[in-house]
Amino acid sequence: MANVSVPSLMRDLTGGEASVDGSGATVAEVLHDLEARYPGFAQRLLVGDDLDPALVVVVDDRPAPLGLSTRVRVDSRIRFLPAVGGG
Amino acid sequence: MITKTAEHTVIGTRPPRADAFEKVVGKAVFGPDVNLPRMAYGRILRSPHAHARIVRIDPTRAEALDGVYAVATAADLPEAADRTERVGEGNVNYKYMRDNTFAGDKVLYHGHPIAAVAARTLQIAEQALELIDVEYELLDPVLDVRQAMAADAPLLHEGMHTRSLAGTADTPSNVASQFQFLQGDPEQGFAQADVVVERAFETAMVHQGYIEPHAATAAWDADGTLTVYTTTQGAFDIRSQVHELLGYPLSKIIVVPTEVGGAFGGKNVGYVEVPAAVLARKSGRPVRVVMTREEVFLASGPSSGTWMRVKMGATREGRITAAEVELCYEAGAYPGSPVGAGANCILAGYDIPNARLDGYDVVVNKPRVGAYRAPGATQSTFAGEAVIDELAEKLGLDPVEFRLRNIATNGMPRLNGGFHEHIAAREVMEAVRDHPHYNAPLERGTGILRRGRGVGLAYWGNWGARSSVTLEVNADGTVSMLMGSVDITGTRTSIAMQAAETLGLSLAHINPAMGNTQTSGYSDASGGSRTTMATGVAAVKAAEEVIAKMHERAAAIWVCEPEQVAYTNIGPDAGTFTCSRNDETMTFAEVAAKLGGTGGALRGQGDVNVRRWGGAFGANIADVEVDIETGSVRLLRFTAVQNVGKAIRPGQVEGQLRGGATQGIGWGLYEGYAYDGQGHMLNANFLDYKLPTALDVPAIETEILEIPWPEHPFGVRGVGETPIVGPPAAIANAVYDAIGVRQGFLPMTPARILESMGII
Repeated sequence: MANVSVPSLMRDLTGGEASVDGSGATVAEVLHDLEARYPGFAQRLLVGDDLDPALVVVVDDRPAPLGLSTRVRVDSRIRFLPAVGGG
Repeated sequence: MITKTAEHTVIGTRPPRADAFEKVVGKAVFGPDVNLPRMAYGRILRSPHAHARIVRIDPTRAEALDGVYAVATAADLPEAADRTERVGEGNVNYKYMRDNTFAGDKVLYHGHPIAAVAARTLQIAEQALELIDVEYELLDPVLDVRQAMAADAPLLHEGMHTRSLAGTADTPSNVASQFQFLQGDPEQGFAQADVVVERAFETAMVHQGYIEPHAATAAWDADGTLTVYTTTQGAFDIRSQVHELLGYPLSKIIVVPTEVGGAFGGKNVGYVEVPAAVLARKSGRPVRVVMTREEVFLASGPSSGTWMRVKMGATREGRITAAEVELCYEAGAYPGSPVGAGANCILAGYDIPNARLDGYDVVVNKPRVGAYRAPGATQSTFAGEAVIDELAEKLGLDPVEFRLRNIATNGMPRLNGGFHEHIAAREVMEAVRDHPHYNAPLERGTGILRRGRGVGLAYWGNWGARSSVTLEVNADGTVSMLMGSVDITGTRTSIAMQAAETLGLSLAHINPAMGNTQTSGYSDASGGSRTTMATGVAAVKAAEEVIAKMHERAAAIWVCEPEQVAYTNIGPDAGTFTCSRNDETMTFAEVAAKLGGTGGALRGQGDVNVRRWGGAFGANIADVEVDIETGSVRLLRFTAVQNVGKAIRPGQVEGQLRGGATQGIGWGLYEGYAYDGQGHMLNANFLDYKLPTALDVPAIETEILEIPWPEHPFGVRGVGETPIVGPPAAIANAVYDAIGVRQGFLPMTPARILESMGII
């Protein structure tokens, strides 16, 4: 299963766990799986059906411009980081 | 991908800029220079109040004035979705952008646009502005980030509730969002510390200070095509913004970027494009809107003022054990401060096992902030590096030695949840340690003049993203290059150099030009220090396609298989095709001369979306002299060190290091928005908002380190932003070294210095 780093402000949902495993072929499916086991998990990361634009998703240490549609492997590592702009 | 391993022949040289001649002789067309037949002149009415409800807008008297062609207000814009999208490298909420283009029911800062007028002359347009009747209901402004965070603060947006990954707050607030980074166990880390330092810092709102104001000219064709000529960092971003705010088809909008007279992040967002387009549509004429200097200060996108708190602990052995950081950034009137980037950069150069960072994006009654060269990083680095410096002092360690004991390494977990790859923080600090400047004796001074030396370590993450380059081979053997990226720093030359190097041709063979949204492939904005890196990758890819196609043409001429043709792009035979079947040779130009008979036009196209890029560390050494009677600070010597990966055009890189340092010196000593208690900006001009001049800045020494980013064909990392990050920190540490008093405020004006010393 893909490993998802849990942002510190969401660890109340995971009993303090800093990372959890989720199954799915895409980031969206992994979040769906985690929402079922940790209610509110996906909800906090999404605005409507899309990833909160204040966040970016990083899969296997690469920014994933396809966001929730990004395909993941069973051993993928998924992180959610604040979106950053330059000048 | 071709990576030349032999000595480069073009890269690393110092040719003149391709755009130099036109700019020197005044032929280059900047935003305010655009002039179209029948063009009208647009001006914008702005709020005299920082916070007020708009009760009524009546343009009747203005519309009746002879010579007025059109008046526009928010009523001329369709409702925009309350939707935030990533546009270019920043987030744009179109509802907020609409309200910032023309105020709706409230004005939220001094200078907030309310209406616009197009008239036969500029004078008539200005006269008409005075005839627009606006009735306001004044509200209390909130100008300070911490005051804005208070529970009883006046609210800018009654419906705004703080968003965070912990959920959305129940009560409305000026805090738009909050985030947290957590690593290890900070409490345990502080328990292990022998020395703990905690300080609070404030920085003033600052402006990019570009010389060319925002300017746009809009014209509608009979077929419904809208063409916008504008000074921008990202033509495609402006096209998206105009499309969204006008509700007009993207395919019918053409954005033509002009030459840019300075941007530094401030020209990613459009301010006058949509007003010009609305006025042009209503008047039936092309309309040009050019901001005045006052308007640029009042109502473009400066960088955040901040309040920050940093606490750090370390052992006697000089190892940092814990950090706790609080970053509160002003967003201005609408959410979107660069606090996230500030968080990514503070303490990025150090291995800190236990740390917590809380970041807050806070709206205040000031202009909505924009990107400014390494957005958010200069502020947070000022705070972080001051505490690092103080820890070193308390431990009795040389500040550079202390930094090296805790320096970040590749693979080390970062506070933001990521990790560094192929960085060179250690090499940068070692370059400082070994630099003649750092080792030169410093005369400490006597009497009222005290001297000190300080250092600062800086980081910026850089960017990749989408770029497009087209290369077309001409019959004379030259190559026309069209890039979708806007050239804001001389990049058409550095991109052309990468194309020339890959093609094995001299730079003189490449004719570079900027395209527009109709002629070029999609390219993200020129920002994030990405252009020479990512657009360079596109140029290399396009050049490789040219070479591959030229093989086929040479084979057609020689009547052989393309596999029998080889091309040399290195050494004395560079630019030569050879055929293994007949041992004949042809130059690039000879093959090009026969394009007409071998298939016609020949183009190479490079379209890339670079998803991995390398961050850049830099550092500064500052020597200052402080007059303890007047509080004035004079820079005696200043050095900038940076790992750039590969300096494609070293003179341009040195210019970036010096330019960024000069802006950083401005942040450190001179620049800051000043407001009265009612939120009126008091220094919206270059007399009262002081930029550093040649009289204030010493000759800045530069040291370029070339530790390559391995995923770029030539090792480029990106240059432009890191140079501004460290100077205020280095100067503040130098001031402390001179007078023995820590500085907690930017800019460190004479008054602030004297206040810190308890003299006033």
